Amino acid sequence: MPAFRPLVVIAGLALALSALAAEPQGARRAALIDMVRQDCGSCHGLTLKGGLGPSLLPEALAERDVALLESVILNGRPGTPMPPWRPFLSEAEARWIAEQLKTGWPQ
Amino acid sequence: MRRLAAIVCSLLLAGCAQPNGGLRGTGDMGVVVERASGRIMIVETSHQSVLGRVDGLGDLSHASVVYSRDARYAYVFGRDGGLSKVDLLSVQLDKRIVQSGNAIGGAISQDGKLIAAANYTPGGIRIFAADSLEPLSEVATVYGDGSRRAKVVGIADAPGNRFVFSLFEAGEIWVVDASDPRAPQVTKLAGIGRQPYDGFITPDGRYYIAGLYGEDGLALVDLWHLDRGARKILAGYGRGETALPVYKMPHMRGWAVAGRLAFLPAIGRHEVLVIDTETWREAGRVKVFGQPVFAVAQPGGRHVWVNFAFPDNGVVQVIDVPTLAVVKELRPGRAVLHLEFTPRGEQVWVSSRDDNVVVVYDPAVYAERVRIPAERPSGIFFTARALKIGF
Repeated sequence: MPAFRPLVVIAGLALALSALAAEPQGARRAALIDMVRQDCGSCHGLTLKGGLGPSLLPEALAERDVALLESVILNGRPGTPMPPWRPFLSEAEARWIAEQLKTGWPQ
Repeated sequence: MRRLAAIVCSLLLAGCAQPNGGLRGTGDMGVVVERASGRIMIVETSHQSVLGRVDGLGDLSHASVVYSRDARYAYVFGRDGGLSKVDLLSVQLDKRIVQSGNAIGGAISQDGKLIAAANYTPGGIRIFAADSLEPLSEVATVYGDGSRRAKVVGIADAPGNRFVFSLFEAGEIWVVDASDPRAPQVTKLAGIGRQPYDGFITPDGRYYIAGLYGEDGLALVDLWHLDRGARKILAGYGRGETALPVYKMPHMRGWAVAGRLAFLPAIGRHEVLVIDTETWREAGRVKVFGQPVFAVAQPGGRHVWVNFAFPDNGVVQVIDVPTLAVVKELRPGRAVLHLEFTPRGEQVWVSSRDDNVVVVYDPAVYAERVRIPAERPSGIFFTARALKIGF
């Protein structure tokens, strides 16, 4: 059993590293934080508690999984005013936004 | 002693701010919303200066402003349901209430005695006394099987002390007669079209028009003949083509009526629709830079200025009315959210959210005259609105 431990650790490290690599950095991170608050905020409110669009606060998103949120961000929701943001975001960025929304959007 | 000091200070301040012995009119004044700071700037257009700021107004994303009939007080509607009454002359908050959980705007009645706030959560309008903000009544926008309340959009005041608005989820237009403000009478027009997203009233106060998100077309109500219901105009203006994504909803209260033509943002199209207001038929369309948000006529009606949704929101275009051609393109700054003309049209103020500035242009020559620093500015509202139906 103990022989497997290093492997698990390495796998864990690799996962953590890939997550880190996916996380936007520097100016891009700041631009995304601002974009969600200001431009998503046009419909979801500056505080993201909702407007014409629904609330994006963690308690409102608790039941939604990250993959679904990522897909809605990238592809929009047909039949509603939610547009696809794919032209402006990579899939990794959309995933990061979904993860951040679930834990509380950074200031 | 402290009291004396306070009096001297306030006298000094008043003397500094108001050189004419503390007296001034409000006709050249206005408000600029600093949306991220919960604050408004009080401005004047004669010398393009900032007279002061009033803060503590809550979440001002999508804030809008109406004025008391004497143009002294600004009523500021915040996203968080806040309704604030601000005295432009003393540069002070006069009264403030939080009247709902989530609001979109409001209107003032014909007689100036009532303020109606339009709410998303809980859906409906609430009516308040304009002087005291005392609550008088509520109209809940219950629809369908009666278990849900629709979001209210596009509220406007109409002659007869009425308020007109649209119900986003329900596809209805309601006309509320507030002659008895404690017992308002509601006339409901159903089946007006899918997902009305905003509405406005024509300058003569006769017609209410709702823009539809869920289908190509607009809903038109003749307020002289409510019994005739609403009718669809410009149905199918998208010509069956797939709509483009809309990254910010257009706004209709900034309607542009120039002569007999009305200029309105098309939804999901990079076009401004031109409507003949005598026949209510399409009179043309103008290809523009992006999804229009506001189309605003310069007083005099010769030109219409247009701003755009993300990602094209760094551009303002000017449409020449007689030729329906874009004759000028300006880049005032990043994220242009709003523009407002002075009442006679010799200045236009443009807010650039991401460059933290309000740019004042001379529209006759498209020349920049003044740049006024502002924190994340959005809506600009001059007091001339106090005297107009639908503002």
